[in-house]
Parts: sequence; C-alpha cells; structure tokens
Amino acid sequence: MSTSEIMGFNPGGWGADMLAAAGMTLAVAAAGFLSGIVLGFAGAAAKLSRFRVLRLLADAYTTLFRGVPDLLIIYLFYFGSSSLIGSVAGAFGARGFVGAPAFLTGSVALGVVSGAYETEVFRGACLALHKGEVEAARAIGMGPFLAFRRIILPQAARFALPGLDNVWQLVLKQSALISVIGLVELMRQAQVGAGSTRQPFTFYLAAGALYLLITSLSSLVFHRAERRAARGIRRAL
Amino acid sequence: MPFDGAFLAATAAALLKGVPLTLELALLSVSLGLVLAFALALMRVSGVAALDLPARLYGFVFRGTPLLVQIFIIYYGLSQFPAIRHSGLWVYLRQAYWCAVLALTLNTAAYGSEIIRGGLLSVAHGQIEAARACGMAPLTLYRRIVLPQALRQMLPGYSNEVILMVKATALASTVTLMEVTGIAAKLISESYRPVEVFICAGALYLGLNFAITRLFAQLERALSPEKRPAPVPETPHV
Repeated sequence: MSTSEIMGFNPGGWGADMLAAAGMTLAVAAAGFLSGIVLGFAGAAAKLSRFRVLRLLADAYTTLFRGVPDLLIIYLFYFGSSSLIGSVAGAFGARGFVGAPAFLTGSVALGVVSGAYETEVFRGACLALHKGEVEAARAIGMGPFLAFRRIILPQAARFALPGLDNVWQLVLKQSALISVIGLVELMRQAQVGAGSTRQPFTFYLAAGALYLLITSLSSLVFHRAERRAARGIRRAL
Repeated sequence: MPFDGAFLAATAAALLKGVPLTLELALLSVSLGLVLAFALALMRVSGVAALDLPARLYGFVFRGTPLLVQIFIIYYGLSQFPAIRHSGLWVYLRQAYWCAVLALTLNTAAYGSEIIRGGLLSVAHGQIEAARACGMAPLTLYRRIVLPQALRQMLPGYSNEVILMVKATALASTVTLMEVTGIAAKLISESYRPVEVFICAGALYLGLNFAITRLFAQLERALSPEKRPAPVPETPHV
C-alpha cells in the first residue's frame, strides 16, 4: 500500500483512527489543562497567602513537579493508583495487577504537572496587578470576593493569557507521554499503526503533522484571545 | 505505607547507577545543541530571507511537536528506509543511544536558538554602530562587542533550557536506555512500590537541577563584574 492509501479514509486506511486519536489527545490535554487551572488557582492563592505553612506547601509543590521529569510523574500516578486499586480489589479477593483507568490517571498526572506551572502564571499575573486597584476596591467597601471577581480576575486574566498559552502547548506535547500507560491517543495510535503495517516513519510523521496542526491552530486561538483581552489597552510598543 | 529504610537505600543505590547516563545524554545534547542553536540564531538575525525562513521552519516544527514523536521518528521511523539501513550512518542510527542524543540535540537547538536570538537582539544598537564606525570587521565585532554581552543576557534563559534537557533525558528510557527514569520504571514494576521509588528518583533529579542552577548562578556572577560591589580602596598609610 502506498502512503496515501495507508493514511486514507478507505477501508483498511488509518486516517479515521488517527483523527479519532487526535481527538483523544485533545480531550486528555484539555482535561489536564483545566484541572491544572483549578490547582493553579489554589497554588497561587496559597503562595500569596499570609500563612507561612501554605506558602511553604505551595513552594514544595511547584519545586517538585516542575523539577522532576513528567514521565516519572506519569509512572507515579499510573502505578500509584493501580496499586491503590489493586489493594482495594485485593480486599475483595481479586489477585494480580489491576490497571488504573488510563484517561483518568493521565489527565490527573497532566493536571498536577500543569498546575505547578499555572501556579506561577497566576501568581505572576496577580503581582502584575496595580496595587492601587485593589486598595481602591477595598476603600469603596468591596468584600474580598467581590473585589476578586470585579477587579482582580478581569485584569489578571489578561496578564495570565500568554503564560496560559505556553502551558497549554506544554500540556499538548506532554500528553504524548500518556501513551506509555496505554491510553490510545495520537502517539499510541501511531505506535499501533507502525507495528501492524511496519511503516513506522509514515505513522510517526503523520502523528507529528497532526500535533503540529493542533499546536499551531491553538496558538492562533490564544493570540485572538490575547488581542480581545487587550482591546481598549493602549500599547506603547 | 510503612517506612522501609533498607528498601529506600537499595533503590537509591540502583538509581544512582543511572545518573552517569542521564548526565551524559544531557551534557552531550546540550553542547551539540548549543552549536546548532547558535547557527540557527545567526540565520534568524541575518536578515537574509533564504537563511531566515529555513531557521523559522525548523523552530516551528521542532517546538510544535512532542519530543517523544521526534525520538520515535528517528529511532523507529528511519529504519523504514532501506537506503538508510544500508548507509554508513546506520552504525549510529541503529543504536538507541545515538538516536536519543540526535533527537535531544535537534530539539534543544530549536529552543536554544530563540534564547540566543533574544540575547543577540538585546545588544544595544548604538554599540554595534559605534563598533562599525571604528571600522571593526564583522568577526571582531561579534567577538568583542556582541558575544560578550549577548552571552550574559542569555545565561538565565539557557539555564532553564539545560534543566528542561535534564528532565527530557527521561524520554530516552522509552527507547530502551536505562537512565534514572528507566531504572525507576523497572524498579516500580518489580516492587509495586511507586511512591518510594518516585521519592528517590525525584530527589535525584531535584539535586541535579539544583546543582545546575547554582552552577549557572556562579557563571553569571563571574561574567558580570559590573554588578558586583566595587572593591574597597585601600586606605593609604599615613
């Protein structure tokens, strides 16, 4: 079969499988990115809090998960949750290795790693905020939540967008590592195709092209969002 | 999870055996990648479209795809072509080690070239004009004016890249190389004690990265004498 037939959509072609797998890549990356945003919010709040314990905990979190290879973290979550599930299943009489659900483990691992990066993004964005804005909000009697919603969030979101773009690109590329725990996303699908057709170059190149398509399209989206968030802001440069 | 000192010690000892390979992969790919990155950065700032565009395309492709895909294309993909299997390069390309080094090098060059480009562009315009006005030849200009300043400017960015590369060497374990992460994965699947193994391996990586951060901070200090406090002049004896 020629390359175009292999990657085609006719019966026996792998085109549809590869596209479905690209969808899975997007899904697991999005799940990881969004749970990372939640963790990032919590982490940034802890880093900016008055309590020393919270600051130390958040520091330990970002240092550990930004300093250790992602692959190692994915192994930790996969085997960690597997042995947890295994011991629960063992209590009910099951024996041997019980695999953890790959999508869940994968997105949790991606979420924990990206949360560490997003903590720094949100912290930077909050620090970039003009101090007078928060003081003014407090002076006219806004409570902390109202001030957060009306004053801090809309402005910090603008400062955070470029950083979030970076983290999203990172998560998209890290999601390829989820293939090691067996989730059939783009990379895993390419491995399966390469194995059964003995055309590894064709499949990995196609996977690379699809990744490139996803990353460049999403950076386009982020640039539009940045432009939109910056409307009404005068630029000196 | 009961604390098991003997297991932790055995794990740490086993993982330590992977450190030389991890460091070797990182050192080799960072230094080879630096040369390539410098060439790419020069192509970007050259202002010649025929040089600029290929360098841009290179950056776009290597920064837009996962490193794992790049490693797999080189290690598994290239063997698809009989021409490569029968060429002299095959001696290297059939070894996981050289494929990993090649992929890491090509990858870090793409990111490094952006850092170097930023450093080159940070040199004040007037300085280059002044050097040209003195009649400096391009090579002298680079050696005396541009490089010393650009080097200092790009050090913090490059130290980040080196740390990223130390972490990226973990992917070499997917093509059978037994560096720290490869050994860790093997230990986990043998012992089913992921948390303890992770703690040991994580501590190793954090230690390595901490040492690299300190090294670069020292280098930055050594290269920026103007930022150090002025020496106290000796008081003359009366």
